[in-house]
Amino acid sequence: MTKPLIAEFSDADSLISAAVRLKREGHQLLDAFTPFRLPELDSILIVKPSRIRLSMLVGGLAMAAFFYFLQWYSSVIDYPLNTGGRPLNSWPVFLLVPFEVGMLAAALSGFAAFLWTCRLPRLYHPIFDTTDFARATQDRFFLLAAQTGKEERSASLRKLLKHSGAVAVREQGS
Amino acid sequence: MSVIASAPANPAHPWIAADHASYGEVTALIADSVLLRPAGWRWWIALGVSGLFVLATMVAIYVLFTEGIGVWGVNSTVVWGYAIASYVWWIAIGSGGTLISAMLLITRQRWRASVNRFAETMTIFAVSISGLFPILHLGRPQYFYWLAPYPNTMLLWPQWRSALVWDFWAIVSYLLFSLLFLYIGLLPDLATMRDRATTVYGQVFYGAFALGWRGSAHHWRCYETFQITLAALAVPLVVSVHSIVGLDFAASLMPGWQETIFPPYFVVGALFSGFASVAILTALVRWGLRLEAVITVHHFNAMAKILLLASVVMTCSYATEWFMAWYAGAAADRSLLVFLFTGSYAPLYWMQLSFNCLLPQALWFPRVRRSILCVVLIAIGINIGMWLERILIIWNTLSHGYAVSLWRLFYPTLWDWILLVGPVGLFVFFFLCFVRLVPAVPMNELRKLCREEHVA
Repeated sequence: MTKPLIAEFSDADSLISAAVRLKREGHQLLDAFTPFRLPELDSILIVKPSRIRLSMLVGGLAMAAFFYFLQWYSSVIDYPLNTGGRPLNSWPVFLLVPFEVGMLAAALSGFAAFLWTCRLPRLYHPIFDTTDFARATQDRFFLLAAQTGKEERSASLRKLLKHSGAVAVREQGS
Repeated sequence: MSVIASAPANPAHPWIAADHASYGEVTALIADSVLLRPAGWRWWIALGVSGLFVLATMVAIYVLFTEGIGVWGVNSTVVWGYAIASYVWWIAIGSGGTLISAMLLITRQRWRASVNRFAETMTIFAVSISGLFPILHLGRPQYFYWLAPYPNTMLLWPQWRSALVWDFWAIVSYLLFSLLFLYIGLLPDLATMRDRATTVYGQVFYGAFALGWRGSAHHWRCYETFQITLAALAVPLVVSVHSIVGLDFAASLMPGWQETIFPPYFVVGALFSGFASVAILTALVRWGLRLEAVITVHHFNAMAKILLLASVVMTCSYATEWFMAWYAGAAADRSLLVFLFTGSYAPLYWMQLSFNCLLPQALWFPRVRRSILCVVLIAIGINIGMWLERILIIWNTLSHGYAVSLWRLFYPTLWDWILLVGPVGLFVFFFLCFVRLVPAVPMNELRKLCREEHVA
């Protein structure tokens, strides 16, 4: 496998049509870098759905259960205090705090899962060295593609990208 | 200055006032006002004036802590005063920020893009300020940490059945949750700022907070999943937080407070005053940052419709209160109702009703909704009316409880007034710093909007 090529496009539609074309011709699409979300890319690039929601559910429920236990333990076992004839395990009002804390825990575990699945934080990445890559967060669309197999297809990939409307085609990191 | 800023309103693209707006122009419009444009004398004057308010707030807090809550107008009957009214009012404003951002995200409202960022920021600052008041009113504020369960030498636990403990967890969870929600929305924009920053300090500052975001398709997918899920959690969270504020009153035994309608009624009130505050801030940000191109009269029209709906629901809630007081037949409740309309605070109560119920009815007229000045003036009226509602919920009930011998009025002191208006300056101070530090409008969502509206 030769070095992957990174193609720069000036609008979203040409990036998408180029990606579709490359995929049809059997090239390997590695990633795309865009200044805003393009949901069309998910199916083209085969981006896997993440487990973020599952970890939020687990984190939230675990914390809520822990807080209910804490309230129950402190007011039934460790420090039973009978005020105004209220039951020691006053479950209706004991649901309030676990709900709030559970939501916060869900958000925090979601954040951790988000960073984990995106491999962030990573302050430096080789792709930042690519010329003009700073525009990927502003107004340009980048497609990272590689050819598999024989050497002669390298030229064909470059040509294909140019034909699909790429403003520039470079090797990654140059 | 880019061309889109001077373009006239275009009916074909209601949410962007331009025929053409490239991604680069949109980015420059938002980012340059932070990175390149100097703050200007207006900003400095506003910062200076709000700085004086901050100073006054700090002095008032110092006096309160050294002298005790006797410096306020509270007495042994009206034990809550401005502090708790302001707490409810501020947290309601914060709730409005979350609702405008999260509800509109879940329902995929495109126009959200221009207003959600500072709505979320408003939440952070308003909730931080609201969190001050329960601590200030404690009397022994230095022991506020007793609300948290921690291993202590007294072998004590918090009283989980206490409204104060619920407030503690509600505010802490809500504040941290909102911070995370704001930060996640900021992430792609911080990367833009990192890539556009001209100084090394700017690159390091924004770069550190951008966590190395590079806009990969995989990142965007995770980002969207996480953000939408957070928004879906934010709506029940904000409803629960404000319901807890309602329960602070409803869990008591006082006439006029012990009502099952209180939690939902407080949530609608939060939506009402929060949207009103967002409308005011939108007008100010639009004017201050010259964002006429991306914040159009259509945005005000949309917000005005929500205000109108909230006003109608508020009116129904008030009517339900009156009806239930009469229908349930409790003497104390009926006597309180008479006191509402004819008692010592009646002029304020009539003012509240005219600001919250009558004034917003003007929004039925499209011409009023499309006038930014009218929407802002009505929003200011709503905010005053909603503050009156909060203070009157406290004053009326506490001044007119079961025991006639305890009927007593509240007279605010100088320190009450300072702690009422001071935090407004504190909020403005924070907000002014915010608009100079991060893009006030989410650039990535605006670019997406440009593509969807076919103007890019």
